[in-house]
Amino acid sequence: MKPSTKDHAELSQEFNRDEERVNWHDETLWFIREKRDKAAHSLPEWENLREAASQIKNNVLSDLHHYLLQFEKNAIANGVTVHWAADAAEHNRIVHKLLKEANVVRMVKSKSMLTEECGLNEYLAKNGIEVIDSDLGERIVQLAEEPPSHIVLPCIHKKKEEIGELFHKHLGIEAGISDPQFLTETARYHLRQVFLNRRVALTGVNFAIAETGEFVVCTNEGNADMGAHLADVHIASMGIEKLIPERMHLGVFLRLLTRSATGQPITTYSSHFKKPRPGAQMHIILVDNGRTVQLGRKDFRNSLKCIRCAACLNTCPVYRRSGGHSYHTAIAGPIGSILAPNLDMKQYADLPFASTLCGSCSNVCPVKIDIHEQLYKWRQVLVKEGYSPVGKKAGMQLMTWTLSSPGLYHIAGKAGRWVLKHAPFLVNNKLNPWFKHRDMPVPEEWSFSEWYKQNRNSKDRH
Amino acid sequence: MDSREKILAAVQANQPITVVLPDISIFETASKGSLLKFASALKGVGGEISYVSGYEEILRLVLALHGENVRIVSPVAGLMKLCSDNLIGTTSAHDLQNVEVAILNAHFGVAENGAVWITEPDMYYRALPFITQHLAVIINADALVPTMHQAYEFISKTTYNFGAFIAGPSKTADIEQSLVVGAHGPRSMMVFILNNNKLGGQD
Repeated sequence: MKPSTKDHAELSQEFNRDEERVNWHDETLWFIREKRDKAAHSLPEWENLREAASQIKNNVLSDLHHYLLQFEKNAIANGVTVHWAADAAEHNRIVHKLLKEANVVRMVKSKSMLTEECGLNEYLAKNGIEVIDSDLGERIVQLAEEPPSHIVLPCIHKKKEEIGELFHKHLGIEAGISDPQFLTETARYHLRQVFLNRRVALTGVNFAIAETGEFVVCTNEGNADMGAHLADVHIASMGIEKLIPERMHLGVFLRLLTRSATGQPITTYSSHFKKPRPGAQMHIILVDNGRTVQLGRKDFRNSLKCIRCAACLNTCPVYRRSGGHSYHTAIAGPIGSILAPNLDMKQYADLPFASTLCGSCSNVCPVKIDIHEQLYKWRQVLVKEGYSPVGKKAGMQLMTWTLSSPGLYHIAGKAGRWVLKHAPFLVNNKLNPWFKHRDMPVPEEWSFSEWYKQNRNSKDRH
Repeated sequence: MDSREKILAAVQANQPITVVLPDISIFETASKGSLLKFASALKGVGGEISYVSGYEEILRLVLALHGENVRIVSPVAGLMKLCSDNLIGTTSAHDLQNVEVAILNAHFGVAENGAVWITEPDMYYRALPFITQHLAVIINADALVPTMHQAYEFISKTTYNFGAFIAGPSKTADIEQSLVVGAHGPRSMMVFILNNNKLGGQD
């Protein structure tokens, strides 16, 4: 993803220009949150499942060295080639090398947030390789030349009319069509030709099992399977934190994942890839890209427990009203805001502030990540390291100065009330960020201390 | 130091003190999977259920639903010869692109979510359950587990190179959250329940 020069607040402002769209976005994501609640409440053991998942992931992070070696050994025994990538650039080079070895210049790819994080499509495009994303939402944003705005619903920010327009331009349908059924059918036809004509397919990984060396990919559309089973070479890219110890632990995670994501009891397809087909190749790329650094940050390592369900995005009052692109990083929302500063504190210094710290994210998280607490802790780290936004720093200094001097405090209060009363135009303007979407309060006649001074000696006291 | 060594060294240096795995036997249950619950969950994920007496009835129902002039295939021993195409001329997964209906055996169903577990030998080609326009699956009425925990208990006693839980037809809601069935894979999924009568009715 290209680095943005604008911060979260500025990008949210752009998204908020279309009020009707923001309201639709907000309500739609809240609707998904409600479906999640319904699914969660249907299982009496829900909280036990969350606790088990959290503890399994804690164990994984505490013994990751062992699980990585165990997984590698078993995967190799299964006939899979295992690659290790220290960073995004190395991951991209490995994929490129495999494509060159297969002698192809085209690849089909199912959803993988890791490849978004690594900027794989851009890298391969520069090297003359065409990548087609096969998840419907991802294909739509790819045609629009935009990044996904949500990790489960990549084009949730798009209206069906805009999608119709994109398909008119790129897939040759008539102008003015916006029926989701028709548009999906169009994509189905177009992507079927792609699946049938690609010799290399890349997929993401939801879970990798150390005990057996297999990995599991979950989709509703069946696009990961269509790509992988029709190609000669299957490349699966995964972050090293995707490991789980034993196959039986999948029972816990598959019960939680989709209920948390969309409210479904399970995805349509949960595919378990253990060995390549006879004559075909299977490759796994284990990617670090900052994960080992995050593992060493005591306060933030829990973020590596994430199973990418997006429940924290759907419930977040900020995400719902600011849109995924306002986070200017591959993974939007609360979880993205605690992952991104690990990769680049300067570039993502604004993200931990893009939260009300209401805690709803932590409450819905299926693996019990303390998301809002980590957002709060990141703020402290960022300020200490000197990355806090300039305006915020100046404002905080002014506040410290004012609040530490009673005289100054009284003068400031008086001045504020005078301005609100006699010169409201000084604050009711675009220069005051608080005035955006809000009315300024009606000023009180006097402050409490003024009132107290006058009434303390009053004989009319009741 | 290559990347493998580098990553492993960094993991070893940064991972916290080992914490134990939780006991997940608390999710075990002695109860069997309920057919009623399975049927309701399957409906919820967009699938259909049909109680049948045997292979002849399955084929009759498939023909009634999809017509005689389409390619219907099945690697199930008792059905292979009855189908319009016995798969013998099929030499690659790509040859399956015009399959209208595939009828496959599944090992068992999961009552809590309507999924069935199918492994590679029952797929003929791995691509078949995904590339077919319509999917039909056969399970025995007593081959049901209540939840995914029992599903993995069952699976742990078996081996496979590729296996999948399939719950309903392929679907998407990527366009404005409108549910559309038939994204890339099957447009419908029918589960045929065999030997239900022997068990004394539907649950």
